[in-house]
Amino acid sequence: MTAFDVVMQQVVNGLVLGSFYALVALGYTMIFGVIKLLNFAHGDLYMVGGFVGFLVLSAISGIVGAGWTGVAIAMFFSMIAVGCLGVVIERVAYHPMLRAPRLSILITALAVSLVLQNTVLSLTHGQYTAFRSDFGFGGVNLGNLFITYNQMILVGIAAFLMIGLELFVSRTQYGRAMRAVAIDKDMCQLMGINVSGIIAVTFLIGSALAAAAGTMAGAYYGSIWYFMGFLIGLKAFTAAVIGGIGSIPGAMLGGLILGLLESFGTLLPGVGSAWKDVFSFAILILVLVFKPTGLLGKSEQERM
Amino acid sequence: MSNQTQTAVPAHGIGPFLQDTRVRWVVGLALLALLIVAPSIFGPYGTVILTNALLYVVLCLGLNIVVGYAGLLDLGYAAFFAVGAYTIGILTVQFGFNFWVAFPFAILAAMLAGVIIGGPTLRLRSDYLAIVTLGFGEIVRFSARNLEITGRATGLSGIQDPWLFGWHINIGIEYYYVFAVLAALAVVASFRLANSRLGRAWLYVRHDEDAAEAMGINRVQVKLAAYVIGAIFGAVGGAFFATNLGAISPESFSFEQSVLVLMAVILGGMGKIPGVILGAFIIILGPELLRNLGEFRLLVFAVGLLLIMLFRPSGIWPGRRT
Repeated sequence: MTAFDVVMQQVVNGLVLGSFYALVALGYTMIFGVIKLLNFAHGDLYMVGGFVGFLVLSAISGIVGAGWTGVAIAMFFSMIAVGCLGVVIERVAYHPMLRAPRLSILITALAVSLVLQNTVLSLTHGQYTAFRSDFGFGGVNLGNLFITYNQMILVGIAAFLMIGLELFVSRTQYGRAMRAVAIDKDMCQLMGINVSGIIAVTFLIGSALAAAAGTMAGAYYGSIWYFMGFLIGLKAFTAAVIGGIGSIPGAMLGGLILGLLESFGTLLPGVGSAWKDVFSFAILILVLVFKPTGLLGKSEQERM
Repeated sequence: MSNQTQTAVPAHGIGPFLQDTRVRWVVGLALLALLIVAPSIFGPYGTVILTNALLYVVLCLGLNIVVGYAGLLDLGYAAFFAVGAYTIGILTVQFGFNFWVAFPFAILAAMLAGVIIGGPTLRLRSDYLAIVTLGFGEIVRFSARNLEITGRATGLSGIQDPWLFGWHINIGIEYYYVFAVLAALAVVASFRLANSRLGRAWLYVRHDEDAAEAMGINRVQVKLAAYVIGAIFGAVGGAFFATNLGAISPESFSFEQSVLVLMAVILGGMGKIPGVILGAFIIILGPELLRNLGEFRLLVFAVGLLLIMLFRPSGIWPGRRT
């Protein structure tokens, strides 16, 4: 393999990783945009999404198999279930706190994260669960480059969901209301927008995207466990901030950049896979020091 | 920080405690007596947990300076804790230093870490600051896991116990009293800081940064001071934590650790010393009291935490102004 091939292979790996990050980061960004909350439970919704997807797939694999159809159906139901779970969490835990001090609602989010993690921990006893799908490792060769069907389809689905979201936010009535609520909640209320309904829709979509990513990750990596949401939650948060938190294109860009940086980081001398997380956080700090509101973020006032 | 006026602005939330009324003194003395006799009441196992709770009091009071006093959201506080613990570990294990010789280096290292993280990031706004501190915390932990000198993933073991005036501090109950003294010192230092000129500067900066700047407060300097002082508390806690356990590993300084300390601070009541102490005890004792629930322990604890936040959004024992 030539150096060029190695680089291209890392581009592919980075894009796959980046689309996972971007999907999860979208939820972070949407929720932050609308209620200014860093929803730390978001990574755990991704994890729950993986488990719901697993349960649905186990239930239906006898009928439709564990191939593309099975995984697609599992992903669909997982998105619905986790989307609803997200709405319930918002209603129960965050809604009563909207006027509370900002840090309190942050702690509530951390508590929700603990609740989700420990519920799954109690149910699975902390074991890794094998997520069996019939994807196999087939793929295509492009020169010296090998791309699995898995990777192509996962990136395709991620791109489809992201474009769908962008169209939803920029073209529909709900999307317009969402953007308005993000700017000024009280004014929207006065203009007759159902603010609390819009917040619910935001949580529904954000959580559903996390669930989609969770199911995809289960099928891609072949196993799931209760703690898998933690690191990806951190990374998605990082991606959202790199892109400029609150900005949807920013989340996508941030996710892709982070994914690419991580896979290239492992190629750099002295970085290697052991240091790749240090590398990505160091990049994050550098980005923020020079561009404090992220790459596509608008400057904003402190609200502590 | 300089020529701000000496007008009597009540320090945030700490006024009522230890002020006037004799009742407060009686309660305070009773608590002190309880602190002294606690090991004989709760037995060896209870003493270990109480020692841990007192360590948390030190850590939480340190983070309280950053978050509660200066209003800077820090999600990587465990990094300072780690810097203190690893400095002691490296100097005593790898270089054979005496604990007390290593101790000032631990404090220096933490101050340096406070400046390194604070310096370039203090112009960032809260959410960005949160993620940068989080990133910094993770960098410290991953570095500890990958470096030779920190013993990689297995960490360092064989950290010596300190000697104090011919007294070898090595058994649990002795560490209990060491941490009790540290916690008491942390409380006194917190009170003194809150009522100092610097403490008032933090209050102004927290409430309105621009107005504070206009009044001649150097906000970068003031915020940096909060980081550095908070870091010292963390490092002192970390140093004694390391010698108490005799071994440290990167996983003791995870994001979860930072989150637990932050939770304790906010749960109890940010900026309010008795509240923060209460929060530290709840965070440590809560899961212990629920121990017989087995696997559901943390779940029940988290639900309890959620309920407390829903019904007391400013913390259990909040300051007067939030």
